[in-house]
Order: sequence, then structure tokens, then C-alpha cells
Amino acid sequence: MNMHAQPQRTLAETALIDAFGERLSLLPGDGAVMVKRDDAIEAIKHGLPTRRVESWHYTDLRRLLTSVPAFEAGAVTKALAPVLEGSAVLPVLNGLSQTKLPEIEGVTVQRVSEKLTDGSVAPGLDPYGSDDAIGALNTAFVADGYFVDIAEGAKLEKPVELQNLQAGGQSHVRLLARVGAGAKAIILERQTGEGEEALVSSVSQLVVDDGAEVTWLIVQEQPDTATHLAQFKAHIGKDAKLTLFVMNAGGRLVRQEVVVRTTGEGADFKLRGINLLAGDTHTDTTMVLDHAVPHTTSTEVMRNVVTGKAHGVFQGRINVHQYAQKTNAKMACNTLLLSDDGEFSTKPELEIFADDVVCGHGATVTEIDHNHLFYLMARGIDEKSARGLLVKAFVAEVIEELDDEALVEALEERLDGWFSTHG
Amino acid sequence: MLEIKNLHARIVDDGTEIIRGLDLTVKAGEVAAIMGPNGSGKSTLSYILAGREDYEVTEGDILYNGQSILEMDPAERATAGIFLAFQYPMEIPGVATMEFLKVAMNEQRKARGEEPLKVPEFLKRVKEAAASLNMDMNMLKRPLNVGFSGGEKKRAEILQMKLLEPRLCVLDETDSGLDIDALKIVSDGVNALRSPERAIVVITHYQRLLEHIVPDTVHVLYKGQVIKSGDKSLALDLEANGYAGVIGEAA
Repeated sequence: MNMHAQPQRTLAETALIDAFGERLSLLPGDGAVMVKRDDAIEAIKHGLPTRRVESWHYTDLRRLLTSVPAFEAGAVTKALAPVLEGSAVLPVLNGLSQTKLPEIEGVTVQRVSEKLTDGSVAPGLDPYGSDDAIGALNTAFVADGYFVDIAEGAKLEKPVELQNLQAGGQSHVRLLARVGAGAKAIILERQTGEGEEALVSSVSQLVVDDGAEVTWLIVQEQPDTATHLAQFKAHIGKDAKLTLFVMNAGGRLVRQEVVVRTTGEGADFKLRGINLLAGDTHTDTTMVLDHAVPHTTSTEVMRNVVTGKAHGVFQGRINVHQYAQKTNAKMACNTLLLSDDGEFSTKPELEIFADDVVCGHGATVTEIDHNHLFYLMARGIDEKSARGLLVKAFVAEVIEELDDEALVEALEERLDGWFSTHG
Repeated sequence: MLEIKNLHARIVDDGTEIIRGLDLTVKAGEVAAIMGPNGSGKSTLSYILAGREDYEVTEGDILYNGQSILEMDPAERATAGIFLAFQYPMEIPGVATMEFLKVAMNEQRKARGEEPLKVPEFLKRVKEAAASLNMDMNMLKRPLNVGFSGGEKKRAEILQMKLLEPRLCVLDETDSGLDIDALKIVSDGVNALRSPERAIVVITHYQRLLEHIVPDTVHVLYKGQVIKSGDKSLALDLEANGYAGVIGEAA
């Protein structure tokens, strides 16, 4: 957190600190969990991060978080139909996990409220750094979520969809998963809501054991009344593969952090991100990737579409540790800027302490290619449709790479949904 | 069908005048060849017909079926039945060829007040057209023109032309980049479209293409004007003697 003492607390800071005092007795967990919560609120008392904190330079949370809603949530009463047909749905409604859950072969599901009560999640509640404001906020208030434990060797036939649904107010959720050695799974994390002003913090923690293969998809479609502060943390074991797909298509103030570490040789990480930004919104995707052992690989591709007065941010930091020889990492961030008032900030950072690695990054900002537009129009496609096709094509390339027909179709449907309201 | 009257046009960016008083008439059912040395304005003319915004018409008019098209955007012209087969078709990553074909066909149908094609009918038409051009359907599953060879791109243009059934076809250097076999297939494709209701304008450097697509009229373009018109013998004459003679006569 910010080391400088803040002269005066903002309304949001005061509201959070007051809320902690009021909520404390209602939050599950004591002993070790309570110690973590106390540390976390102390960090918030030092002030939310400002642009002077390097990792928050483009997202001045202290300034942008202008108010904090009361906890009283509206009433989301039931889960949504899943993005991927046939998925097993685990819904968190208004910040609370449910008791009636589907049976999934090879999977054990636990409620995080229980793991807070018995203290077993306490070690995972630490922030990952002194500037981890989302981790601190979440640790202070987290009340529930799910722990999904996928057995060693299990090959899940159906995807698991974790839904975090909110109708205004606050919720602070943890979604935990362990994918056992050699297992294979598709997990979708869906973040959406409706209604009044909302503050949502959601922290996902994933462990991919040796040889496992995971596709984790974050579909964020919050209403433009929501502040969405999210974190995805993962460890990838030996010869394990993780593909993380992030689609941001909503929210007023959004920060999605991706904190990934390769922990075993042969680990592979792919980040594929799509930001669809509209209106007067702020959306920040910040990745910190540690290649911590030799012979691990990663590629990151972000595609951003900026309309209206939206401001987008991508910070991609790749740390290659001293012994992480033969690391191969490639990062690209491509932005299609469709309005004069839109803005996108990109900051790639490579910190390389090993001497035998291949690392690269690139960033582009473009407008619609007029040659392409002319070609489509010359075939009778009117200008609006032609632009729509080209913008969709720009982001669809990332989706098509997922190489799973059902998945590609389902995600393109989400895209179409966004374009039909914002196109 | 097409009447170009005293057309003057320049590049918007730098004001360079490319077309300088061009007159040309092409009747329904006619195949007109436009030939000329490099830089004479052949490709520019094709772009202006299709409505590319990089060029500005400063004088004269283009009438299509008696109506001026100068105020129409490229999509409106296409919907009205004007088709340009590009010399260098664009590669458009992310737009699947089949999706593109379906959207283009249905947008044009919509503009004409027709129902969109049902999927089986659409597929049937594409398969037939692709087979007649010796095109592999797998190619059409790829993004539009991406990774197509030069020859494949030209075939894809003719495929689009067959499917969209335009009334005025403008072929810009369709023969460039084609080997002899591909040239024959593409030419057969164009010839199959010859009809009393349709006009075809073939822009080319070489007589070679005109052996396969035999023109009714041949026009020589030089410095943005048609300096000589004739029948197919004019093309043979140019092949034998070069452009110098014709240019000399006109000067």
C-alpha cells in the first residue's frame, strides 16, 4: 500500500474503514483469519493507492473510487444459464455461496465461508505485495465463495462455471481451485450483476498441478454502475498448461489483475484478453508473470476496442528469474481506437535476470483500416455493418485461437451481445 | 449501361490529377477492354467507378443506367449492381470467408427488398460456384484472402462476382499473377457471366487475357484520357507494335 501518509481520508476510505467495524462480527473466521483481516484493514487505513504508486499509475484508485455503497445488496435470486451449454454452475448470489450444488464427477466443492470458519484458507489471504490493494480489500471483507478441487487425473467432460452475481451493494468473494496432477478442466468465471451502485472484489486462486491442463475463462459483464476489483492468481506446475482468457465487457471502474508464477519446468502460460470499452469507463488489466524456473514458456495477447470516452490500461510485467534459463515469453497488446475521446495506456515491462532467454513485446494502436472498409463496402455491405465486421474480426481472432468450437461459438455470442448494444 | 462523360478526377491527398477528360460508353451485353501503359490511370478509373474515397471527381459525370453515381457510396454502388474485381484483393484477418460471402449476399438482397438466403440455398450456391472455379471449399473456411496465393485471390474475386451477380463488372488486371491454367479457369468464369443484360469492363496490360475473354470494344487509356477506341483488332495491333504508335497518333 501507499507508504506516504494521506493527509485526509477520502469518502471511500472512510466508508470502507467504518464498514469494517460494523461488519466484523458478521464475517466468518477467527484466530488466524482475523489477524489477516486486521492487517488488511490496516493497509487500507494507510490510504488507497494513488498514481504515485507505480503499479497504480494509470488507475488512481484513491481518486477514481469516489464512493462506496452500503453492504445491503439487492436480490439476485437465481443463477444464470451458463455461457457454455451443459456447464455445472456454482453460483455466488449477492456474495454468498449456495447449499444446493450440482454433483460433478471428479470434483469436490467446498464453500469458502466454511474454510474461513475453520481457518484453512488463512495462509492464502496474504497480499502478494505491498501495493496489493485488491488483495487487502478482499481479505478484509471476504465472506464466501467456492473451493473447487479437481481430483488427480480427472478429465472433466463438462466445464465448471463459477458465477458471481450481484445486484448493487458490496460483495467480496474468493474463488479457489486446485486442478490435480494430470487433470484436465475448463473453468469459467463469470462476473456480472444488475441494478444499483456496486463494489465487487473477487479474488481467484488457482493451483495447476504437474501435467494438468486448464482453460480458465473470465467473462466480466458488470453493469456500468459497478466497480469491479478482481485478481486472478495462479501457480503452474511441471509440464502443466494454463490458458487464461479474460473478456472485459462492462463495469464503470474495473481492475483485473493477473498474477501468475511458473513453478515447474515445462510449464506453459497463455493469456488471451479482450477489452470491449465503451461509455465513460475505466478498465485496467495488470499482469505480473514470474518465470521462476528454467524451461517455461508464455504468450500474452491483448486486443482492445475503445469507444466513447472509455479509458483502458494494460500493464504487462514479465519477471524472468536468475535461474529461469530458456524462458520463452512473448507479449502483444493491440488496440483499436474508435473514438477521439477514447484512450488506452500500455506499459510492457520485462525484468530479465537470466542470460539465455527469448523475450519480446509489442504494442500497436490503430484505427479501422480504410482499405479493408472499402473492400467490404465494395461488396454491398453498408458502412455500419462493415465497421462492425472489422471490429469484431479484430477481437475474434483471439477467441478463434482457443481451438474449441463450442467455446469459440459461445464467446462469439457474448461478443455479438456487446456489439448489438454498443456497435 | 455505363456512360463516362468528360471525367476529371484527382487524388484527394495531394491533388494530383489522374483522370483528365475521360469519355467512355459501354452498352449492356458489351465486353469492353481498357488497355494502356503503366500510370495511364487504368486502376484509378476502376477505383473511381467503385467509389473509393481517396479520389475526388472534379468535373464530368458517371452515369449508370442513366443515373449519376457520384453521390453514391461504395456499398450503394455495389448494391445497384456494380462490381469491382480488385487487382490486389485485401486480406482481412478475422473475417471468415463464408461469413463474409453470406453477409455480402444478404445485404445486397436486403437492399433490393429480397428475403435473406436460407443456409442450405446459400451453401449450394457457394459450392456450385467454387466447383466451377476449381476452388477447394476448405479455402473458404479461412479468413478472407488470408494466406491465399495470388491466383487463389483472383479466383476468390471471380467467385464473389458469380455469387453477387452484378450488372456491371469491372475487372482490374485480373490476369496478373495467374498461370496459364488459372487464367483459363478465371476466363471461363468471366465468360460464363457474359449476357445481354450485363456489361463487363476488362482492364489489362496484355493482350493475353483478351485471347480468353474476347472483347467487343478496346479502348486505349493514356494520361487519363481514352485516346483511341476500336474493336479487338486494336488489341492485336498494340501487342504487335506497342503503345508508342497510338500515342504518337493522338499527340
